[in-house]
Amino acid sequence: MGIANIVFLVILIAAGGAFTYQVSKIRRNILLGRDVDRSNRKGERWAMMTRVALGQSKMVTRPLAGIMHILIYVGFVIINIEVLEIVIDGVFGTHRIFAFLGGFYDFLIGSFEILAFLVLFACVVFLIRRNAGTIKRFKARELTSWPKNDANIILVVEILLMFAFLSMNATDYLLQERGADHYIVAGAYPVSSLLAPLFDGMSTEGLIMYERGAWWFHIIGILLFLNYLPISKHFHIILAFPNVFYASLTPEGKFTNMDKVTDEVKLMMDPTADPYATPPPADPDAVPEKFGAKDVQDLHWKNLMDAYSCTECGRCTSSCPANMTGKLLSPRKIMMDTRDRLEEVGRNIDKHGKDYDDGKSLLGDYIQEEELWACTTCNACVDACPVNINPLEIIVDLRRYLVMEESKSPTELNGMFTNVENNGAPWAFPQADRLKWAEEL
Amino acid sequence: MSEAIKVPTMAEMLAANEVPEVLFWVGCAGSFDDRAKKITKAIVKILHKAEVKFAVLGTEEGCTGDPAKRAGNEFLYQMQAMMNIQVLDGYEVKKIVTGCPHCFNTMKNEYPDLGGNYEVVHHTQFIQSLINDGRLKIEGGGAFKGRKITFHDPCYLGRGNGEYEAPRQLLEKLDAELVEMKRCKSKGLCCGAGGAQMFKEAEPGNKEVNIERTEEALEIKPSVIATGCPFCNTMMTDGVKHFEKEDQTEVFDVAELIAQAADL
Ligand code: SF4
Ligand code: SF4
Repeated sequence: MGIANIVFLVILIAAGGAFTYQVSKIRRNILLGRDVDRSNRKGERWAMMTRVALGQSKMVTRPLAGIMHILIYVGFVIINIEVLEIVIDGVFGTHRIFAFLGGFYDFLIGSFEILAFLVLFACVVFLIRRNAGTIKRFKARELTSWPKNDANIILVVEILLMFAFLSMNATDYLLQERGADHYIVAGAYPVSSLLAPLFDGMSTEGLIMYERGAWWFHIIGILLFLNYLPISKHFHIILAFPNVFYASLTPEGKFTNMDKVTDEVKLMMDPTADPYATPPPADPDAVPEKFGAKDVQDLHWKNLMDAYSCTECGRCTSSCPANMTGKLLSPRKIMMDTRDRLEEVGRNIDKHGKDYDDGKSLLGDYIQEEELWACTTCNACVDACPVNINPLEIIVDLRRYLVMEESKSPTELNGMFTNVENNGAPWAFPQADRLKWAEEL
Repeated sequence: MSEAIKVPTMAEMLAANEVPEVLFWVGCAGSFDDRAKKITKAIVKILHKAEVKFAVLGTEEGCTGDPAKRAGNEFLYQMQAMMNIQVLDGYEVKKIVTGCPHCFNTMKNEYPDLGGNYEVVHHTQFIQSLINDGRLKIEGGGAFKGRKITFHDPCYLGRGNGEYEAPRQLLEKLDAELVEMKRCKSKGLCCGAGGAQMFKEAEPGNKEVNIERTEEALEIKPSVIATGCPFCNTMMTDGVKHFEKEDQTEVFDVAELIAQAADL
């Protein structure tokens, strides 16, 4: 084992360790949420995950973006087989360890090259498309500064990685032709052989230097990128799978039942209940549960996983009736706010311990009432999301907090509540008139 | 038209020792709103024509709690729901037909968590089953033959519960030209009324949602915008008025179209 191999091994382990550490932080943050049971109907869940996450079924509702996204996705997954070879070569100082596969190896390398080229092409198109300023969902107020840079960084890095891969192959191809030591003849180079003339003027030493340079750039780039994922929307490439798996299976129209409210309402409606009975001894350590959500910990863990899975694509927002008519609400922003706040809460825990209160909350500091009250609960955002995120659940839970804990609903809604309570209808018509229409038949 | 139709209540049915096939859940809009009352009457005429033995709750019916729940008032929702469940269980109701997708969704999906288990169908689904079973016949499409109709999917019937076909199959019975809007079915655009928006001013923006939706509908110059929800109906009717297109485009519930086609 040479010094290069040891350096490689150290980098590999460090990168793996750092990534594991970051993921464990995210896992801890997600588990700050309330419990919700999503363990039922496993068969349907696997099917849904296969269809929506693996099969990207919702991406193709916008054909151009969908097909190019699938290209990048398939390319990404398949090229990772090549990374396996790179890692083995790096650790053992071999070169193209899988070359013994012969014709199949040629086929593999040849397909990787074509995929790499297609990925590169799709990323360039995406980069132009995203920055040309013609697509509304990429121009929203929540997509400035970091989120905008994040998206561009991802695309540029992917372009650089693919270029490193292809040019590495181009120089390797030339070295093989020149019969250089160590560079056994293996693989097919349908794309990089076209790049070869660019490097043909270089000396054999120069080629070896470039080839090694590209090799290191490629693999270190990948390891750095791996550690970039957890701070980026690009984390969706991992979380998309569990996120779809654990998505709700009930009809979209069904909102959750608040069991705690049920207990209280039952007590209120039960004529035999004794209002003066001593309540059961309270658990002194129990934190009184709020009605609805004010901060991220009041949401359930799947809402929080949703936040980390969001790709910031904006398909939800571009199908949102409130957003398209100029209201402040953007379901994508709801998800991004939830993630940002959760990250902040996580940092607070790291710094000041579990019980630290920074006096801030998701509701108010991140999401404004005006956003919440613009929602028509139409489920268009839920339906549009390619990774089955549900922004509506968060919106409703925040509304619940506003209404039930703070009695802060728009005045007209208070009127509606009063009418329902007194007249059994959202309008102030007397209940006795309910059957008047039948007289007009 | 024929003799006045008698609408029996559950209480009357019980007193007469009779059990209806279905309970017709009218809903608040269908009971009080003048436009929506016409839809209610159309549904009743269809039930009557198909000789469905039905009853209503009348003054014992109360808001399902849908607008309260969507607005975040779970207490009020559950109180309404439990009162309704008590009444429904008291009459041993098994099957409910609703005139409104919001009532339909709430009772079908949300009442079971509170112990209310019924077979709940939307009126378009029920009417379709009447036709399929040969209990209701529509001949020739009547006045709508060849006219251009577009269907606006109510969120809580379509996306909310995946029912896109029943209303469309009914419209096909009219021999009309069914034209889809750009955004339809699972991609359908909301009318703007749901989530308790019906009962409040819209938040500040640059357009009303119903205007955006009506604009899209009017692009295809339909002679009828059909829908299956009294709130969508109000929203689309207001939209058509906004564009002053009342003389070219009318807004009808699918039940009204079927009732007219069946000469009821
Ligand atoms: S449910 Fe609310 S946030 Fe989602 S698309 Fe509809 S209006 Fe927008
Ligand atoms: S919630 Fe879904 S649709 Fe909306 S931006 Fe995130 S990934 Fe895209």
